[in-house]
Amino acid sequence: MALFLFKRLLQAAVVMFVISIISFSIQDNLGDPLREMLGQSVSEAERQAMRDEMGLNDPFLVQYGRFIGKALQGDLGTSYFFKEPALDVILKKLPATLELVIGASFIIVVLSVPLGVYSAIKPHSTFTKAIMGFSIIGISIPVFLTAILLIYFFSIELGVLPSYGRGEITHIWGYWSTGFLTKDGLLHLLLPCVSLASIMLPLFIRLIRAEMVEALHTEYVKFAWAKGLGKYRIWFLHALKNTMLPVVTVGGVQIGTMVAYTILTESVFQWPGMGFMFLEAVNRVDTPLIVAYLIVVGAIFVITNTIVDLIYGLIDPTVNLIGGKQ
Amino acid sequence: MKRGVAILAGAVLAAGMSLGAQAKTLKMAYDADPVSMDPHEQLSGGTLQYSHMVFDPLVRWTKDLGMEPRLAEKWERIDDRTVRFHLRQGVKFHSGNTMTAADVKWTWDRLLASPDFKAIFGPFEALNVIDDHTVDLVTKEPFPLVLNAATYIFPMDSKFYMNSEDKGMLKKHGDTFASRNESGTGPFKVAKREQGVRVDFERFADYWDTKSPGNVKNIVLTPIKEGPTRVAALLSGDVDFIAPVPPTDHDRIKKNDNTQLVTMPGTRVITFQMNQERVEAFKDARVRQAIVHAVNNVAIAKKIMRGFATPAAQQGPKGYAGYDASLQPRYDIKKAKQLMKDAGYEKGFTVTMMAPNNRYVNDAKIAEAVANMLSKINIKVDLKTMPKAQYWPEFDKRAADMMMIGWHADTEDSANFTEFLTACPSKETGWGQYNSGNYCNEAVVKLIQDSASETDPAKRAAMLQQVERTLYEEAAFVPLHWQNLAWGARKNIKLDAVVNVMDFPYLGDLVVE
Repeated sequence: MALFLFKRLLQAAVVMFVISIISFSIQDNLGDPLREMLGQSVSEAERQAMRDEMGLNDPFLVQYGRFIGKALQGDLGTSYFFKEPALDVILKKLPATLELVIGASFIIVVLSVPLGVYSAIKPHSTFTKAIMGFSIIGISIPVFLTAILLIYFFSIELGVLPSYGRGEITHIWGYWSTGFLTKDGLLHLLLPCVSLASIMLPLFIRLIRAEMVEALHTEYVKFAWAKGLGKYRIWFLHALKNTMLPVVTVGGVQIGTMVAYTILTESVFQWPGMGFMFLEAVNRVDTPLIVAYLIVVGAIFVITNTIVDLIYGLIDPTVNLIGGKQ
Repeated sequence: MKRGVAILAGAVLAAGMSLGAQAKTLKMAYDADPVSMDPHEQLSGGTLQYSHMVFDPLVRWTKDLGMEPRLAEKWERIDDRTVRFHLRQGVKFHSGNTMTAADVKWTWDRLLASPDFKAIFGPFEALNVIDDHTVDLVTKEPFPLVLNAATYIFPMDSKFYMNSEDKGMLKKHGDTFASRNESGTGPFKVAKREQGVRVDFERFADYWDTKSPGNVKNIVLTPIKEGPTRVAALLSGDVDFIAPVPPTDHDRIKKNDNTQLVTMPGTRVITFQMNQERVEAFKDARVRQAIVHAVNNVAIAKKIMRGFATPAAQQGPKGYAGYDASLQPRYDIKKAKQLMKDAGYEKGFTVTMMAPNNRYVNDAKIAEAVANMLSKINIKVDLKTMPKAQYWPEFDKRAADMMMIGWHADTEDSANFTEFLTACPSKETGWGQYNSGNYCNEAVVKLIQDSASETDPAKRAAMLQQVERTLYEEAAFVPLHWQNLAWGARKNIKLDAVVNVMDFPYLGDLVVE
C-alpha cells in the first residue's frame, strides 16, 4: 500500500506539472487581457507600457518560471477581475459548485436505484418502457436546453420556482456557505440540480438495470430462488449488493465529469459557482484565474481518482493496485 | 360645491403623492456589474451606469441630448478658452462631508491620472478653483465640447479618500481603498457588494436633489450574463428591471401582461472597414462604392436585427452635430456591378474578412450576410469569426482585408468617430487608432482638427457634416446600422422617464408605483 501511495503521488505530481505547462502555454492564445480592462480610447503606447508593467511582454520561460516559483508557495497569481488571489476566488466559489454536485448526486442516487432495479425486475411493464424512453430523451437533450425548458416551465409558466441564483444562503465557517439550510435556498437548488442530474441519471438507470439483469441470471440467485427465499430478500440483498460495486466505481469517476458539466448549468442559472466563474474568466481573458481553475480542477480529478482506486482495493483485495506482476 | 371638489381633488392628489413617495425596492439584472467601485478605474458602460447612481456629475445629458445641471447649478463662458461652473451649495457626500470646489479639483487631478479617462480631458489645460463653490475649466485652445467632458466629472469625497491607507490611489486591476469603498453625492450608497454576484444599493438620506420624484429605497443589482435567463427572471417576476433585452425576446416581453419593453435608437454604429494597404482594389473609390452599394444594410437591420437597428449611411447618429439627414443607405446591386466593371474588376477578386462573434448584437450573422451580398458582385469572401477576446489582437494587427468595428463616441459627438475610425492613422497624435481600412484624406483630418477649436455650434456642425459627406462620397467604410437599445421592466416601473440613449438610466429619479 505504501509503495502504491508513493507511486500514485509521483504520478499526480507529474500530471499536475503537465497541466500547469499546458494551461500556462494556452494563455497567449486566449486573447489580450488588457482589451478587457481598458477603455476604447486608450492609446497603443499606453497599452504597451501596461503590458510591460504586468510582465506580459516577458519571454514564455521567464513568465512560467515566475509562475511556478510562486505556485510552489501556494500562490497561483492574482485575478485581474476580482483583484484577489486566484486560489481564494476559486475557494470562495467552490461551496456553491459542490452543493450543486451533491444535490444532483442525491437526486441520481435516490432515483436511479429504485428505477434501475424496477426496470430490471419487470422488463416488460409499461412503466419500464416509459423509464427507458425518458432516459433516451434525457441523454440526448443537452444540459443547457433542459435547463432553459425547466426555467420556462417552472418559473415563467407556473411561477413556482426561482429562475436564477442561489437565494438565501447561510454562512457556516470561513468561506463556506450553504443553501441547504433554508427553504429559499433549497427551492433555488431544485432546478439547477435537476438539470445537472438530467444528464447522468439516465446513464445510471441503464447501468444499474444492466448489472441487475446480469445478477438476476447468475447461479447464486437461481439457487436462492430454489431455496425458497423471499423475493425482496433476493432482489435487494443478494442481487443488488453485487450490482453496486461497478456502479460505485463508475460513480466516483463521474463526479469529476459532473464538475465539468456544472459550467453549463451554472451559466444558465447564473449560479455563482466555479463553472460560471471559469466561463466568465475566459470571456474576460482573466488568465491567472483560468490557469488556477485548470490546476484546481486537475487536482480534484487526480485526488478523486486516487481515492477511488484506494477504495476499490479495500473492497476487493484481489485487485492488484500497483499493476504489473507481483 | 366647486370648493368641495377642489378640496377633494387636493386630498386625492395628496394621497396619490404620499403613495408615490412610498419606499420601494427595485430588483434589477444587467448583463454585467461595474468592475470596480472606483469610478475612474475603467471607462465602460457599467462604470458610467454605476457612477450615475452613486456619484453625480457636474452636468448630465437629458433624453434629447441636451444638458441639465446637477452638481453645477449653472455655468457661463467667460472667454473663448474658459467656462465657469457654479457649484450647488450644501451638497453632502455619503460620508457626511460637504462637497466643495476642492473635491472637484481633487477628482479632476485623479481623472487626469486615469489611463482610461485622461484622453477625454486631453484638450484641457487646467481646472482652477476660484472659491469654495466656483471652478473654471480652461482649455488649451477654444474648445466646443467642455460640457460634454463635464458629464464625466463625478466629484469624489477627497477627505474620505485621502484619509485611507493608500490616499485614494487609482490603480488599474488593483485592490485599492477606492475600489472597495465609496463616498459620492449620488442618490444611492453601496450597502454591500460581492463582485460578479450582487450589489446592494441603499438610498442616501441626505441626497441633495429633494425635488426628484424618485421613490426607490433599495436596489439589488444582480448581473445575469445569459440573455434567456435574464428574460426569464423578468417574466417570472424574480426581478423588476432588465437590460439589455435580446432582440429575440422583445415580443415575449411586449405580449406579457405584467411587463413592458422600452426601446430607443442607440448611438453605437456598426461598420466594416476596407483595408487599402492590403488590397490594391480598395484604393479605387469605385470599388469601395461598389461594395457599399452591394451591401443591403436596410435588409440586415430588418431581417437579422429584427428591426432592432437603424440602418446607417454615416458614422454619427441623428441628434449628433455632424448628422446629415440627406445621407441615406444606398443599396443598388445594378449600380454596384457597373461600378465594379468601370473599375476593371468585373471578374471580381478574393478578400479575407474577420468579425467578432460575441461583441455586437448578431455580429457573426451580419458578417455572413455581408459576405454573401459581396458574392453578388463577384467578390469572394473568406470569412473568419472569433470571440472578442481573440478578435481585438487580430484587429490591432489589421489581420484581414475587411474587418468589423462598432463604435460609440465617449464624447457623444461626431468628431470622435472620425478621430478614431476614419482619420489618417498617426503614431504621433494617436488618431486613426481603429482605422483598419487605412483610409486617409488630409482634408477630412484638417476639418476635424479645425472643428476641435470651433466654438460656434452652427459653424462647427457645418464642418462635421462636410466630413460625413466626404466619407460618404468616397465610401471610406461600409456603414451598417446603429444598434438600438432595449430595456424590459414590470408594468409598475416608470422606466420611460429615466432611460436615455447613453444607456445609463437615472435610477435616482425612478418612480415605482
